[in-house]
Amino acid sequence: MATAGTLESSDILITVENDDSNGIHIHLESPVKKQFGDQIKQVIRDTAKFIGVENAKITAIDQGALDCVIKARTSTALYRACESVDYKWEKK
Amino acid sequence: MITRNIDNLPKFGKLDGIHPLFTNEKIYKDIKSCKEREEFESKVLYSIEEAIDKAKLKDGMTISFHHHFRDGDFVLNKVMDVIAKKGIKDLTLAASSLLSVHAPLVGHLKSGVVTRIETSGMRGELADAVSTGLLDIPVVFRSHGGRAYAIKNGDIKIDVAFLGAPSCDSFGNANGYSREHDNGIICGSLGYAKTDALYAGCVVVLTDNLVPFPNVPAGISQSDVDYVVKVDAIGDPNGIMSGATRFTKNPKELLIAETTAEVIEHSGVFTDGFSFQIGSGGASLATARFLKEKMLKKNIKADFVLGGITGEIVKLHEEGLIKKILDVQSFDLEAANSLKNNRFHQQISAYYYASPNNLGTAVNQLDVVVLSALEVDVNFNVNVLTGSDGSIIGAIGGHQDTAAGASVSIVVCPLTRGRIASVVDVVNTVVTPGKTIDIIVTDQGVAINPNRKDLIERLSKIDINLTTIEKLRDKAVSLVGKAKSIEYTDKVVGIVTYRDGSIIDLIYQVKESIDQIY
Amino acid sequence: MGERLRRTMMFVPGNNPGMVKDAYIYKCDSIMFDLEDSVLLSEKDAARYLVYNSLRAIDYGNKELVVRINNPRSECGIMDIKAMVASKIDVIRLPKTENVEDVLICESEIAKAEEQFNIEKGSIKMMAAIESAEGVLNAREIAKASKRLIAIAFGAEDYVTDLKTTRYEDGVELMFARSMILHAARAAKIDALDTVYSDLNNEEGLRKEVLLIKKLGFDGKSIINPRQIDPIVEIFTPTKKEIEKALEIMDAIEDAESKKSGVISLRGKMIDMPIVLRAQRTIQLAKAARVL
Repeated sequence: MATAGTLESSDILITVENDDSNGIHIHLESPVKKQFGDQIKQVIRDTAKFIGVENAKITAIDQGALDCVIKARTSTALYRACESVDYKWEKK
Repeated sequence: MITRNIDNLPKFGKLDGIHPLFTNEKIYKDIKSCKEREEFESKVLYSIEEAIDKAKLKDGMTISFHHHFRDGDFVLNKVMDVIAKKGIKDLTLAASSLLSVHAPLVGHLKSGVVTRIETSGMRGELADAVSTGLLDIPVVFRSHGGRAYAIKNGDIKIDVAFLGAPSCDSFGNANGYSREHDNGIICGSLGYAKTDALYAGCVVVLTDNLVPFPNVPAGISQSDVDYVVKVDAIGDPNGIMSGATRFTKNPKELLIAETTAEVIEHSGVFTDGFSFQIGSGGASLATARFLKEKMLKKNIKADFVLGGITGEIVKLHEEGLIKKILDVQSFDLEAANSLKNNRFHQQISAYYYASPNNLGTAVNQLDVVVLSALEVDVNFNVNVLTGSDGSIIGAIGGHQDTAAGASVSIVVCPLTRGRIASVVDVVNTVVTPGKTIDIIVTDQGVAINPNRKDLIERLSKIDINLTTIEKLRDKAVSLVGKAKSIEYTDKVVGIVTYRDGSIIDLIYQVKESIDQIY
Repeated sequence: MGERLRRTMMFVPGNNPGMVKDAYIYKCDSIMFDLEDSVLLSEKDAARYLVYNSLRAIDYGNKELVVRINNPRSECGIMDIKAMVASKIDVIRLPKTENVEDVLICESEIAKAEEQFNIEKGSIKMMAAIESAEGVLNAREIAKASKRLIAIAFGAEDYVTDLKTTRYEDGVELMFARSMILHAARAAKIDALDTVYSDLNNEEGLRKEVLLIKKLGFDGKSIINPRQIDPIVEIFTPTKKEIEKALEIMDAIEDAESKKSGVISLRGKMIDMPIVLRAQRTIQLAKAARVL
């Protein structure tokens, strides 16, 4: 299990747990769930896919974070969970 | 003595308003002293129940309350509990506004004690319950001016007004403070209650501070009061008044405030003797401080400041930069104390403040107003009532009234709040029509209503980030992404009225999403 | 002296999403995202990812973007450099620079990363922060150590501790370091940036200090809050008289050019190069402050 992020405004707290079942399971709490819930989950899924994580239980407690913050927190939490520093930086 | 037959008086038939002949038997002279009257004929009752009985409150009537005690209010909940216990049903609650502290109303709505609500706004649990369709009859939202107007013209007919007051004498002279017998709870102006007191069928003042007659100055006068109820407590002083409205340190709010002051300076109305109104929100309030620097620099004084008053405004008044204060609602203890102590800090009623279609509404004398917003759309329409998820979270207040009345109306808001855009294509709920909004100031640029070519010309010359409302909307979308539309049912839960009582928008019941877990 | 003005460089804690996402709305010349001292050791990865993703997603406009990295001799510092070079940051700020070698190590990591991400060699600039007695004494060599260097910056908090003194209001304890750093920067023809003024509520103290460093010749100052921008810009903005004089000089130059004359003169007096340069800088500052 690993976490990243905080419960401060504009941040998102991501908790990653190992999950034997197939796929990425996301539990999301967000004040903007109605408007952005699907998009937030998609960003988390895409980030996991990019990093190469296929199975995980991810809990996201959102405080109105932008996509770039969600990406950053998800990446950090996933790398922490994998205990890896083999980051995949890409040219802008 | 009249000895002739008055029916034969020439032209007598043309005189109106003359009653039958005077007779000595009709008059009664009371020789009790004032002290004796205070003891034997006072309006003081010692229970709310007695007041409800004497007021002859019945099923289907309309009752009213004011919100000068804000989240410290005990009066509404106490009175409603007694009403409920007496088994009275089907009431219309016409409050000047409702806040989080009024959450127990939800129970009275469920049990049918209250079936209709008229208010400026609502928050918290009550607002959530209404948003999700608890009431069958839609809540009617009115601005402070619109409410006063509706009370005056009979659209809202208040049968009994229950008005909490921090001081009252036994004949009903009530006020939001007491110059002699202050017991610690003060709310300053009773501006919204004044209108109710004037027009309600029966007026009950509730106070915890019974003071000797005459309680002057009085916000509510004895000539309008039927009963006075002495209760143990009318409110929690901490909820009624914070010491002073907090001055923001948030750099984004300061940036907006600084820009707003700059905009005001160059709006064309910033001349000696100008007038303004500023809200109590972080950025609006901070505007006062930046405006002060400009007033000092250019040696400009304001003739008056209107509306809801804060300690920031009081400071400017005491420093001689503002000559007079017209106070419909005192936002903090400093404002309340100033109303009590400063001669040119005057209490005004909602009717005087903002009612449309009367002979002289103060908002029409405003040069500049600085307002906040939850959302603004590309047509400059403003929403201050519903949140981006569609539920009710705010109040109209004096928004519509001041926007229409002021020569220059400025709306301040951050472009985004968290992930919520403040500048959008279409607001969830139109509260204040864009035609009455002149300038939007955000942290990422200033947009001027294209109708105001004069302002565009003036403000193009100064060093501010002038942009268009469409560009602001685009920038907001680029930051937060495109929000999914909120789903509503067909059920109308709220009717938003414009100042004159016409319907400007409807609030629909929010569809609860089934997706709560995944 | 570069074309860019660096009057105000705003410090933004790298692990604070609220501040990172909004930094561009303020009127500072440069934004410095911090991955170093404002970030807990356990949060270095999180801050790095946050700044990395924000630099990709957010349009910071025409601000100069600077990142303060961790020690480039550490694994953490090397990862910072990689992530930031990949995001095409404008400037990497090297903290606690003691000597030329520090600069060279940082530079070689930047160069490696530029190659890895196929970014034009030398395009990522550097700024060295000098924060110790050793660093101050080596300032001259440090300033000339790399072509990537666009500025050296003074960090006084660590420096005064190193000196066994503390900060005083008159700044007398910093006189030598400031003079040394300024001379080193000028000799290397790069910018000199002053340390932060950390008493946020003391605007008068800030103004005094800014006036002092402006007199000394500094290009600008690091700041910790947007509230410090206005006073600094105000002090760095030329007066009306200075601007008028500078404009006259610029006219004289044009006049000389149109006459194809090598000698520039104004009201019968010859104008030499230093005066021209000063006039140009005055105009630049005036334009940046939008008073011209």
